[in-house]
Amino acid sequence: MKKVYKLEDLDCANCAAKMERAINKIEGVNAASVSFMAQRLSVEADETRFDEIMDKVVKTCKKVEPDCRIVR
Amino acid sequence: MKRYSMSRKDRKNLVRILVALALFFAIFITDKVIVLGDVFKGPAAWVFPFCLYLVVYLIIGYDVLWRAVRNIARGQIFDENFLMCVATLGAFALAVYRGATGQEIEGFDEACAVLLFYQVGEWFQSYATGKSRKSIAGLMDIRPDYANLVKEDGSVERVDPSDVKVGDIILVNPGEKVPLDGVVVKGSSTLDTKALTGESLPREVTEGSEIVSGSVDLTSQLTVRVEKEFYDSTVSKILELVENAADQKSKAENFITKFAKYYTPIVCGVALLLAVVPGLVTTDWSTWIYRALSFLVVSCPCALVISIPLSFFAGIGAASKYGILVKGSNYLEKFNAANIFVFDKTGTLTKGNFAIAKIAPENDAEEILRLAAIAEHDSNHPIAKSIVARYGRQTESGYTLTDIAGSGVVAEKEGDVILCGNEKLMTKYGVAYTKEAGIGTVVYVARNGEFAGSLLIADEVKPETKQVIGELNAMECKTIMLTGDNEAIAKNVADEIGLTGHKASLLPQNKVEEVEKLLAHKKQKDVLCFVGDGINDAPVLMRSDIGIAMGGAGSDAAIEASDIVLMQDDLRGISLAKRIARKTMAIVFQNIVFSIAVKAAILILSAAGIANMWLAVFGDVGVAVIAILNAMRVNTNYQKRRAAPRGEVLRGEI
Repeated sequence: MKKVYKLEDLDCANCAAKMERAINKIEGVNAASVSFMAQRLSVEADETRFDEIMDKVVKTCKKVEPDCRIVR
Repeated sequence: MKRYSMSRKDRKNLVRILVALALFFAIFITDKVIVLGDVFKGPAAWVFPFCLYLVVYLIIGYDVLWRAVRNIARGQIFDENFLMCVATLGAFALAVYRGATGQEIEGFDEACAVLLFYQVGEWFQSYATGKSRKSIAGLMDIRPDYANLVKEDGSVERVDPSDVKVGDIILVNPGEKVPLDGVVVKGSSTLDTKALTGESLPREVTEGSEIVSGSVDLTSQLTVRVEKEFYDSTVSKILELVENAADQKSKAENFITKFAKYYTPIVCGVALLLAVVPGLVTTDWSTWIYRALSFLVVSCPCALVISIPLSFFAGIGAASKYGILVKGSNYLEKFNAANIFVFDKTGTLTKGNFAIAKIAPENDAEEILRLAAIAEHDSNHPIAKSIVARYGRQTESGYTLTDIAGSGVVAEKEGDVILCGNEKLMTKYGVAYTKEAGIGTVVYVARNGEFAGSLLIADEVKPETKQVIGELNAMECKTIMLTGDNEAIAKNVADEIGLTGHKASLLPQNKVEEVEKLLAHKKQKDVLCFVGDGINDAPVLMRSDIGIAMGGAGSDAAIEASDIVLMQDDLRGISLAKRIARKTMAIVFQNIVFSIAVKAAILILSAAGIANMWLAVFGDVGVAVIAILNAMRVNTNYQKRRAAPRGEVLRGEI
C-alpha cells in the first residue's frame, strides 16, 4: 500500500535526502520518497503493518530533522 | 499570476537578517574607523569588540546554535547547523586566542559575517523554493470547492464535489469552476479552460457539449448532467498527476544527493587532517586551524542539493503553464534525450475528422451522398459520421441495415438494396465498379446491383504537423508514423509531412508489437517516445520509454497511461516541451558543474591559504544563490520564440 503525507517545515534539501535514506532503511518499508520541492513524503509498505511502520517513520523523521512534522 | 507574498517565517527572518546586517555594518565600520580593540587599553582590550560582535552573532545565529546542540544530542553529526557552528565558533575562539595572547585583534567580524551570510543564503533558498512552489500551487487553483446539486424537488444545495454521483444534475453559475466532468443539458455559455490547457481563447459550449471539470464558466448558468464521479474527473486526475510529479526523481537529482552524502564527511575529514597534521609539523596551529575552519564553511552541501530539484521543479512548472503536464523530473530528463518519435497517425498527426475530399462521378454527387447517408446513418464509425454530416439532412427511414464486418453496410427496404462499403463488398455482390485512385479511404456505393459512384474520404493533416515534424527532424530525431492505412496512403502522407519513416497497414493491436520492435532495435542511449491521442493506445503509451498523450483534457485513461500529457490537442506542445526539457537539463548541468567547480576551487585555495573565510562563505552562500537564480531561468517565456502560424494570442502574464 502506498500513502502520501504532507510534510511541514521541511527546510533543507539535504535533510530531505537524509530523511529519505533513513526511512528507506526502516524494516517493512518497500519504498519511500521525500520530495523537498513538493514537501511530500510517500511511503510504500506492507498494508497489514502500515500503522506500526508509520510510527517508526515518524520517529525516524523526528530524529533526522526535528523541525519537520509529518501530517498524518 | 498573483504576486507571491512571503511566508510569515520568511518575513520574520528577513527582519532579523536586516537588523543583524545593520548592526554588523555599524560595528564593522566603527571598528575600521576608530578600532574598537583600542578603545580600552590593557590585556583584556579584545573583550569589548568581542562582546559587540557576539551580540550580532547571537541575534543572527541563535537558532543555528540551538539546532546544532539539539541535533548532536540526537546523533546527527554532519549536520549543516553543526558545521556552521564549529566554523564560526572556531573563528571566534581563534580571535579570542589572538586577543588573549596579545596579538593583533581581528577575526571577530569574520566569524559574524560567515553566519550572517549563511543566514542570508538560507533565507534566499527558502524564499526561492517558496516562490516556485507557489507557481505550481497556482495550478492547484483548479480544484473545485463545491458543486450546486439540483435535488429531486428542484431545490439546489451546495455539496462537496465528491458527494455527487454519475447522472446527477448540477448547476454551474458564471464565475464558478465546473466541479465534475459532464454534459450540458441546458444553457449555453463560454468556458475558460486556460488553467487546464494553457489555451487562452475561451471555449463556446451549448446543449450537448461535453465539459471538463476545472474549467471556469464565464458568462451564463449551465445545467449539467454529471458523467464522472469526482475521483474519476479530469480535475482529480490532473491534481494527482501534479502532486505526484515530484516523487519521480531524476538521475541528476539522485547523483547530487549521493554526492552530498559523501562530500560532507570527506570535507570534514580533510578539514580535521588539515588542522592536525600541518599543525603538528609546523606548530603554527592558528593558521592551520583557520584554514580547516574555512573548509568547514564550504562543506555544507545544501546549495548543491537544492539547485537540482529546484531546476526540475521550475521546468515542470514552466511546462504546466502551457498545458503540458510532465509526470516527474525523470521524464523531463529522459525527454530531453528523446530521439525517436513514434506518432499515431489518426487524431495525432491528422485531425481525424475524415472529411469527404472527392465524390465521383461529380454529376451524381448528391444522389451518391444520399444513398451513402442512408446506409451509414446508424454507424458510429468516424467515416460514417463524416458522410452523414456532409449530407446534413434527414435520411430516408425504414431501411434494414446489415453490417458486413470489414466490408461495409447493406441497406434494404422493399426490394431496394443499397450497398455501401469497400472494394470487397462490391466484389462480393458482383458489382462492376470504377476504381478510385485518390489517396484516402474510398467508399463505393451501389444500388440494386448497379454501381452509383464512390466517395473519397481523406483525413486532414493538422496545420501545425509539418512545422513540428520539421523541428524534430532538425533536432536529429527520427520521426515515425504508425497507421492502419495501406502503404500508398501512408507513404503519401509521410512524404507530405516530412516524416523520416512510416509503418503502414497496422491493426490497432499491431501498434504495440511495432513499438516493441522499435524498442528492441534501438541503441542503448536512444529514447523512444510515443505520441498518441490517448484513444485505444494506453498499452503503447505505457510500453514506450516516454508516452505522450494529446488532448488530455477529457481522456483520463490517457492521463494515467502516459508520462507527459498535452492538455491541448496541439502538436506544437511537443517541440515546446522539448525546448523546456533541453533548457532545464542545460541549467541542471550548469548548476552541477558550477557548484562543484567553485567549491573545489575554494577548497584548494583555502587549503593553500590563499582564500580566507570570506571567500569560503561566498563558496557556500554565493554558489547557492547563483544556482538558484540560474534555476529560475528555466521558467521564462517560451511562447515568444514559438512560431504562431494562426495568429495565436500570446499569454500575457508569465
